[in-house]
Amino acid sequence: MTVLIVGEHDNTILTPSSLHMVSTAQKLGGDIDLLIAGEGCLQIAQKACKIEGLRKVLLLDKPELGHHGAESMGEAVVQIGKSYDYIMAPATTFGKNFLPRVAALLDVAQISDVIGIESKDTFVRPIYAGNAIVTLQSNDALKVMTVRPTAFSAVSVGSGTATLEYVSASFTARSSIFMDRSAVKSGRPELTAARVVVSGGRGFQNAEKFKMIEVLADQLDAAIGASRAAVDAGYVSNDYQVGQTGKIVAPELYIAIGISGAIQHLAGMKDSKVIVAINKDPDAPIFQIADYSLVGDLFDIIPQLIQSLQDLKT
Amino acid sequence: MKVLIAVKRVVDYNVKVRVKPDHTGVDLVNVKMSINPFDEIAVEEGVRLLESGQAKELIAVSIGPLQAQETLRSALALGVNRGILVQTDETVEPLHVAKILKVLVEREKPDLILLGKQAIDDDCNQTGQMLGALLGWPQGTFISKLVLQNSEAIVTREVDGGHETLKISLPAVITTDLRLNVPRYPKLPNIMKAKQKPLEILSLETLGIVLSPHHKILKVAEPQTRKAGIKVKDVADLVHHLHEEARIL
Repeated sequence: MTVLIVGEHDNTILTPSSLHMVSTAQKLGGDIDLLIAGEGCLQIAQKACKIEGLRKVLLLDKPELGHHGAESMGEAVVQIGKSYDYIMAPATTFGKNFLPRVAALLDVAQISDVIGIESKDTFVRPIYAGNAIVTLQSNDALKVMTVRPTAFSAVSVGSGTATLEYVSASFTARSSIFMDRSAVKSGRPELTAARVVVSGGRGFQNAEKFKMIEVLADQLDAAIGASRAAVDAGYVSNDYQVGQTGKIVAPELYIAIGISGAIQHLAGMKDSKVIVAINKDPDAPIFQIADYSLVGDLFDIIPQLIQSLQDLKT
Repeated sequence: MKVLIAVKRVVDYNVKVRVKPDHTGVDLVNVKMSINPFDEIAVEEGVRLLESGQAKELIAVSIGPLQAQETLRSALALGVNRGILVQTDETVEPLHVAKILKVLVEREKPDLILLGKQAIDDDCNQTGQMLGALLGWPQGTFISKLVLQNSEAIVTREVDGGHETLKISLPAVITTDLRLNVPRYPKLPNIMKAKQKPLEILSLETLGIVLSPHHKILKVAEPQTRKAGIKVKDVADLVHHLHEEARIL
């Protein structure tokens, strides 16, 4: 048994999703290799050798892969991954973009958003925005899957002894050309990896008032999320969106403020360990899944909460 | 320019699906079915290209049971010129859909293919990317903006870190995200006119396609439900619980 994990990174930092996928792969057993494909990413590969549980780190350093274009990534992962029994990538916009191309070129299915491994050929994934959970048995010899990182624990980094190996690939596909990427740098923890997430919805009324949430997030060292309604209304940009079509989060603590709790939003956060909901509507559906429900006006509650948290620290 | 748009018939997004008691699937009897919302956005984008004169013809394709004609009619009512239904009652996986669409692309020779980024039933998010790979065409996925100029598409993609802009030479595959546009409501006269528009029905045999399943569904279950917790009376009470009971602060 061999598993190839395609690591997500920006040529500087490897995201924690790889650590989660190693533990996913360990449930399958066998040798686990991590592919670092990109441009100028030697340091990432060197650091990744310390990840526990890996046999090899494969470094594919090519200018064609500098922006992880789907066409080149697809071709590269096919060439390197075809001799493996499993190929996995994170179920993020990174993995979702190229992995289906890999599966199609290998003439196998892709299993999307895996949240459980039942056996070597049987996997669990959500459908209908998480309103049903399907268990399916694959009959492909090579299994290609995207993995939801938050559904699996992370292995540690430090004592790993993987060997670094250089690999190569050739590119023939007609490719899209990268032009620009908006870099959102907030200094806050990454939304899908944060211990605490504070999310806001339409209850904030406008973009200016939504900023209140930042002070609260600072107190909790939290990432900031938003409902689709808040994103659509322009309070924050799309990368804040938590939900079926946004990001899937499962922090220790999720605080939903002014969010009614549409199915699509719940699909993105209902696996959080503790959920707090603050809403002025006592019948808001979010209260049906919250561990702690507080009915009231968020504009009164947030300043009080900030004060209480400050008091708690001192 | 010719544009091909793929549309899927799915459970309406307002319906709360129920898992069947025997765990073989979800209950689809007497459930309202609609065009997949992401595909509706693809249709709207196509219609806008037609209206601006950038597209000359829009073809909508659906794959599924005979009832999927209704889905195609709703695309025709929005302004699509003609429809093609590949009729099958078999379970079609994303790779199957991509292979069927590839055959139709070779027949119709479109310059641009628009699809929703995912269907809201199986949530796979695969078909567009697979079709791009099978055709050897470039792709722009999860897009929130499309500009066509000089046989190139400039697309803005919604990615985890924010936005990414790509330049893609046509022909290409494009998949749509929610914020690309807001689909219009079909006008009644257009709904009536849609009934007269050409809708071709093809079988898999005609297209020379045999589907073999890549996996078997063993079980469909309800997700673990979270129980509602407690109501706290004020902020002090909330912080007390988070600190003392959940021990999270």
